[in-house]
Order: sequence, then structure tokens, then C-alpha cells
Amino acid sequence: MRELTYADALREALREEMIRDANVILLGEEIGVFQGVYKVTRGLLEEFGPERVRDTPISEAAIAGAAVGLALTGFKPVAEIMYMDFLPICMDQLATQAAKMHFMSGGQLKVPLVLRTQYSLGRQHGSQHSQFTPAWFLQVPGLKIVLPSNPYDAKGLLKSAIRDSNPVLFVESGLLYRTKGPVPEEEYTLPLGRAEVKRKGDDITILGISRQVGEALTAATTLEGSGISAEVIDVRTLQPLDLPTIVESVKRTSKLIIASDDVKTGGVGAEISASVSENAFGYLDAPIARVACPDTPIPFSPPLEQLYMPNADKIVNTVKTIIGR
Amino acid sequence: MLQGLLLIRRFEEKVEELFIVKGALIGPSHLYLGHEAIAVGAMSALSHDDLIVTTYRGHGHALAKGVPAKLCMAELFGKENGNCKGLGGSMHVAIYPKVGSLYATAIVGSGIPIAAGVGLGLKQQKSKNIAATFFGDGACNTGAFHEGTNLIAVWKLPVLLFCENNQYAMSTPVKRAVSSPSIAERGRSYGIETIVADGNDVISVYLATKTAAERARVKSEPTFIECVTYKTKGHGVYDKGEYRPKEEVERWLARDPVMMFEKRLIDSKTMTQSEIDTVEERVKKEIEEAVEFAGQGSVLPFNTIQQYVYAEE
Repeated sequence: MRELTYADALREALREEMIRDANVILLGEEIGVFQGVYKVTRGLLEEFGPERVRDTPISEAAIAGAAVGLALTGFKPVAEIMYMDFLPICMDQLATQAAKMHFMSGGQLKVPLVLRTQYSLGRQHGSQHSQFTPAWFLQVPGLKIVLPSNPYDAKGLLKSAIRDSNPVLFVESGLLYRTKGPVPEEEYTLPLGRAEVKRKGDDITILGISRQVGEALTAATTLEGSGISAEVIDVRTLQPLDLPTIVESVKRTSKLIIASDDVKTGGVGAEISASVSENAFGYLDAPIARVACPDTPIPFSPPLEQLYMPNADKIVNTVKTIIGR
Repeated sequence: MLQGLLLIRRFEEKVEELFIVKGALIGPSHLYLGHEAIAVGAMSALSHDDLIVTTYRGHGHALAKGVPAKLCMAELFGKENGNCKGLGGSMHVAIYPKVGSLYATAIVGSGIPIAAGVGLGLKQQKSKNIAATFFGDGACNTGAFHEGTNLIAVWKLPVLLFCENNQYAMSTPVKRAVSSPSIAERGRSYGIETIVADGNDVISVYLATKTAAERARVKSEPTFIECVTYKTKGHGVYDKGEYRPKEEVERWLARDPVMMFEKRLIDSKTMTQSEIDTVEERVKKEIEEAVEFAGQGSVLPFNTIQQYVYAEE
């Protein structure tokens, strides 16, 4: 199968959906003439013109708000917010407007929009251009949250997100943009709300979120050398969360580690851990463990950032502590 | 127009009565009393399919745009037969897309970026329809106002920006909160055509809207319309508005929009008092029926609310 980078897989999803549906419109900072800071929108302005690929001023609230207004008039906007750290600037439009409109209108309004963003942990972007904060949005019923971990998922999930009738927060990993993976030529989509078992195992379940899926797979390979059989699951979407797949796995392995790039306190691992406890407490042989970032802002200094980041080694050590080998 | 003014006036008086006197209504209700000429003047110059984005002070916009009074009243009571099934309430009662009353937000300023998107959508569809958004003087100090207005200006979107300057953002007077000499000055600073209308004179608002709507339809250009008016009651039904000087309140009550328009109709011999009384009777009946309709409604079963969180395909 041919290989594409994560960025190109995303670009292909955007392009295909724009061809498929004339109501798909892109808007964001630097996405047109500059072709996107990470070149995800490369070539799209040239192909689809400035009405469908709209460069905006640096106005995150207006970008998200305009996307909401476009969605209300029958369009399928895909707005880009350059860094996840900029989401608080448009938090009102995303969390208080878009996500609640269908509900508080008694079902009269639909808001089919995608807000694409990325987090750059591991790219030496410092405290204000690196943070991964998906848990903030778990408190917002009405929003879907998608986090692809590889090029194949990036394309299939983005296509589904664009076709969805609800506001979708689509979080990309900046560190993954240049990584390659197999992506078929033929058309495909992936459903939102379905986790994927990436590797079967018997001794422990490692649930990876976004970039940590790759780290979890590396860890599983290392653990195999020590005679530990780890199952790796890619969560793919946090809202809806595919709890049955996770619980089913935990029932077999009796142990769970959740690996993610967010700060540990109040992070996504906390929520998933609570849900698994509620649904599979009797099956657990050990406390659920979280491999996440420490509770500090992200340090710039490259060696410090490396120490700060969750990685395969930290997952391996945590597994060994739990299993006692 | 008279019927529109009276419908809002009597509707809001009824809401106040139900709220204060009878304790039958609960929750925040931000009354449109004293502002009636703005919604009625504006909607009279807009077409049925033009789309409005308004705010939590939206009862008047809803009624003027054509949301049936009985649906509004049922919504205020939180009943399933309200236009938002009782899930929205007073602050979102102006959500009824069927009549072009597209959205009502309860976050100050946030409707302006949304109106930009609606205007962009209409422009891109090459629609003959335009967007209009209503907000108060308080909204002019939010970041969303700046970002949204700038986008509307820079993209030349067919959006009318109605600032209902009622002199107070909750209890804070404009002169203590707005740095520019006037709110209209703000509109001009974005390079947008700006009109100052007498917000208590329905004809003044109508004429301003007519000019602005034509500019939007023909040239796809926005207009900023500052409608100068006064909050004759407090911020919400719970607020007696005691921070306002007595003489100021009296001065504005003497310019009551409904009273002034009725006087104009009689002075110009357009209508007789008895014809006006007939309209009053009709409106009275409509409000009575609305209250009855709301009373008959049931509350949405709690176990069904989950289904309104996400839209199906």
C-alpha cells in the first residue's frame, strides 16, 4: 500500500470532501496563500479558489463564530485554529455556542462544523504553543472530540468529522505531521466513536491517546522482550468514547495504563479511569495507572521538555512497576 | 407597525405581571419594554427570509420577526409546546429559523461573529437575503464585537449591525464604559457606513434599516445602526433599576415609543382612537390565548432530553 504523511493524509481528506460537497469551506489563519503553517492545506487555494479557502485575520473568536454562522446557513465549514493553545480565545463559540445550539433550540438548529487544531508538545514551542488540553472539552456535551494517531486514521476520521451533523473538535499532533503510514488509494471513512485494538495482548492493556498510541506500541514491543504481553488500544475519539472496547479488554487483562500527552491532574486519563472503575472494578488486579505530563507548564529547554514528555520508556517502567517484574 | 409595537408591549407587561405579581414565571427574563420601536422598525424593513441573530433580550425581536406569541409564552414557561421545547427559555426564545429568527445568544457580544458567518453564507450562496444582528451598548466593549465587526467590514458582508444603546450595560452607564465619544464612532472606525437612529421612533429605525438593507442587498455592504433608546425597566425582571436618576427615567418615559407612535397616527389622522382600540383588543386576545396555550403545555419528559444533545445524520 502507498504511504502518506499524516499532513498529506489530512490534506487528501479535505480535498476529497471539498470535491464531494461544494458546501465544504475552509477558513483560518494562513491556510490559503501561505498554504497552512504545517502545509495541511497545500494547493487547496489554487484548486478551489478564495471563496472556499478563506484566509482570515488573527481573530480566533471570529473564525469559530463565522464557522458557526456558516454551519447555520447550510455550509460545512472546516475552521483551523493554528495551535490548541489558542482554543481558549474561541472557547465561547465552541463550547457555549456551537455545542449547545442543537439542544437549546429543541433540535431546530444543526451545527455541522469541524474545528481543526494541533498541539506541538515535543517541538520546542514553549509553554504557550505546546499544550494538549482535550479534557477541557469533555465538560461540553454536544461536542465531539477526535484525535487521530496515524495517517490512515487522520484521513478516515477527518472525512467522517466533516460529514457529521455536529460540531467536532479535531485535534492533530504536530509531532506526527511528517510521520508516514499506509493510506489506501480507495475511498474510505472511519466511524466516530470506535476505538481500535492495535495489538492483542494478555497481561495488561495500554490505552493510547493521539501521539501516545505510537509510544504505547513501541513500549509493547520492548515489553515483549521481557515476556510481558501488552494489549494496545487507540482511543481515536474521546467523545463519543468507545468504553465497551476498553472495558472488554480490561476484563481480559485485568490491568490498565492510560498514556496521554496532557497534564495528569484532571486529564483525560482521570475520566477514562473513573469510567473503567465504574464498569470493570471487579476485574481489576491493580490500580489503573496514568502516564501523562507533570503538573507544570511545558518547559522550553529541549532537554527539560524531553524529560517532561511521556514516552515509551515511561510506559514500560510503569507497566513493570504494576506487574512487579 | 402599531400592532407589532403593542404586541411586544403587552406581551412584556404580561411577562412582568406573571413574574412579579403572580410568581408564575421563573428564571431571568430581560424585558424589551421601551425598546419596541427598534425591533418593529427593523423587521418592517427586512424581509421574511432575512436572518437575524439576536440576544437574551430577544422577546421583542422574536415577536417582531414572526415567532407566534403562544410559542414564545410556552417557551418562557419551559413547556414542550414552546418553540425550543422548553430547553431554551426566555434568553433563547428568538430561536425559530422557520421565520428567519435564526439564533439568540445569552453571551454578550457573541452573536456578532456568528452573524458574520451567516452573512458570509448568504453572500456565498448569492442569496437575495441578508443578515441582521442585534446587541446592546455593553456588547461594544467585548472582544467578540471587535473581531466580528472587523470581519464583517473586511469581507464586505451583507450584515446590519443594530446596536440598541439603552444607556446601561446592566447598571453601568455608557459614559463610564465606552471610551469613544459615541458608539456610532466605533462603527465608523471600522470603515462601515453608520447611521444613528432614534430608537424610540419606529419610523426612524424603519428608514435607517431600509437604507441599510438596500445597501446590503445591492452592494453587499454592511451598515452599523446605533439605535438610541432607554431601558425603561431594570436589566431583568428582578432588577428595579434604582441606579437610574429619577428625572432621567421621566424624561425618557415622556418619549415612550408606543405612545409617540399612537400620537403620530392620530395627529396625522392615519388612524382614529377607536381603530387603535380595535388593535389593542386584538393584541390583548392574542396574549390571553398565548398564556392559555402555555398553561396547557406539558414539560418535556426528562428521559428524552439526552436525544437533543447531538443531531442525527
